[in-house]
Amino acid sequence: MTDRLPGFSTLAVHAGAQPDPTTGARATPIYQTTSFVFNDADHAASLFGLQAFGNIYTRIGNPTNAVLEERVAALEGGTAALAVASGHAAQVITLQQLLMPGDEFVAARKLYGGSINQFTHSFKSFGWNVVWADTDDVGSFEAALSPRTKAIFIESIANPGGTVTDIEAIAAIARRAGVPLIVDNTLASPYLIKPIDHGADIVVHSLTKFLGGHGNSIGGIIVDAGTFDWSKGNKYPMLSEPRPEYHGIRIQETFGNFAFAIACRVLGLRDLGPALSPFNAFLILTGIETLPLRMQKHCDNAKAVAEYLSGHKAVAAVNYAGLPGDRYNNVARKYCPRGAGAVFTFSLKGGYDAGVKLVSNLKLFSHLANVGDTRSLVIHPASTTHSQLDDAAKVKAGAGPDIVRLSIGIEDRDDLIADLEQALSA
Amino acid sequence: MNHDTYSDDYIRSILNGVKSIAMVGASPVEVRPSYFAFKYLVQRGYDMIPVNPGHVGKSLLGRPFVASLADIGHPIDMVDIFRSSAHIMPVVGAALQLDPLPKVIWMQLGARDDDAAAKAEAAGIRVVMNRCPKIEYGRLSSEISWMGVNSRTISAKRAPIPTQGMRLSLNRTSVGGGATAASDRAAKNKSELS
Repeated sequence: MTDRLPGFSTLAVHAGAQPDPTTGARATPIYQTTSFVFNDADHAASLFGLQAFGNIYTRIGNPTNAVLEERVAALEGGTAALAVASGHAAQVITLQQLLMPGDEFVAARKLYGGSINQFTHSFKSFGWNVVWADTDDVGSFEAALSPRTKAIFIESIANPGGTVTDIEAIAAIARRAGVPLIVDNTLASPYLIKPIDHGADIVVHSLTKFLGGHGNSIGGIIVDAGTFDWSKGNKYPMLSEPRPEYHGIRIQETFGNFAFAIACRVLGLRDLGPALSPFNAFLILTGIETLPLRMQKHCDNAKAVAEYLSGHKAVAAVNYAGLPGDRYNNVARKYCPRGAGAVFTFSLKGGYDAGVKLVSNLKLFSHLANVGDTRSLVIHPASTTHSQLDDAAKVKAGAGPDIVRLSIGIEDRDDLIADLEQALSA
Repeated sequence: MNHDTYSDDYIRSILNGVKSIAMVGASPVEVRPSYFAFKYLVQRGYDMIPVNPGHVGKSLLGRPFVASLADIGHPIDMVDIFRSSAHIMPVVGAALQLDPLPKVIWMQLGARDDDAAAKAEAAGIRVVMNRCPKIEYGRLSSEISWMGVNSRTISAKRAPIPTQGMRLSLNRTSVGGGATAASDRAAKNKSELS
């Protein structure tokens, strides 16, 4: 007997959602409430003891957020997920389950500038030490491992753009080292790349970007692949050892292949507190329903704009993996045949000054610090998102002084190209 | 039969079909997974019998412990084994002595003994290994979705509001069947290594 499997677009609309049992409401209601009544004392105790499925308090879980969690878990092919207040919160909560003070994690050097800051500075005060590796040199991940390494962290398509990561090669290193591979899949979205299919154990997202897709809500999510065995060798005590805050429950033993997502919820979110507003969850859910349509248009537009720019006489280089001849084109063909994403960078022959002038001349592109909006966006990373890095680190992160980053929206591509044309010739 | 993965229809027919479940290794300790599962299955309307020789004379949620399967004294539909893999075979042996035989032998999350499964299947008993009936029931009814868990089912039907002792519909459209592909692969690799 075989189960007939719905496709990606069906899951994007339906997964996690069903008509409301009380009212029959078909769209997912916004359960804008802090708390949920218990049936009786035993029900309350069962919920607090993690023995029953149900809702207690929106800092720990909420029915609107739960629909979002199940939907993203389904789209990524994971066993469970936890929605949180932002992509940064997702990273803190993920690593809190894995690292103790003095532990290390290996991270790709090409990351969103905010993640580089978080890992370098904020996490240092928790005693979590990041060791950097080079996405373009897979061997550097192996070299960065130590007995204290607890995880490897990469982006599938790296911000500020252009780089597509060989996830399988790095997953093989993580597997040999006995540590989970965490993949930030924000810039690809599961429509382009499903990291779990390539060996990721944990996927994190900033929902703020393509998943929400409309530039209206901050959110983050952690997806548990259900692939990692946390029980070995007392290496991950948050999951394998009895938890005193739950009277001695062992999370892995009790929750099996979705134990990591539960640990993130009941040990991470519950105590650190960055809960997602149900209203944001609703807006993001609505966005996800059109993810396949939007993402394809984003990618098709981005390729057209990248092709236009690469033929322009004022442009020194375009870093877009979707272009034939780009250094990441072969990797992109393997991992994201539908498109290489919609965020990429280019450099102008006129350097820093020409970049600043271009940004101010554009009329349709919005100058702001976000990506993955329906609207096309432009920014100069060296003076903004990556400004806290020194010059050498900026270049290594792909955010040198002459680099301009675009996030291509879903407008008509001819209008985008016309705007770039007038701005470059102004 | 293949025990690396199960179709949702297989699990669904078992959970819809059985009424009485003897849980071998049921614990009265409130933080043990067997206690969680026992309590949940009681709440979902199953006739639960706790089997644990260490607790005879006591009861679990009002149901008296028995020392062994042979002591139950009436037919049961399913034996749910909450013991590690190394302790499965003797329990299956005892189940095969029952008359009438149980229809299903279920081994808990983390427990797998392919030889014991083959013996039971040769006697016409359906076998599930390395799964939790609480998780599977919660998944197929989508009740587990409250926890952000991927139920791997979808439905456009309005569901009833669950109440104490109520059986839920498990007949939603399956998305994946059994576990996710990735977690299945990981479980298979683990069982091949061990």
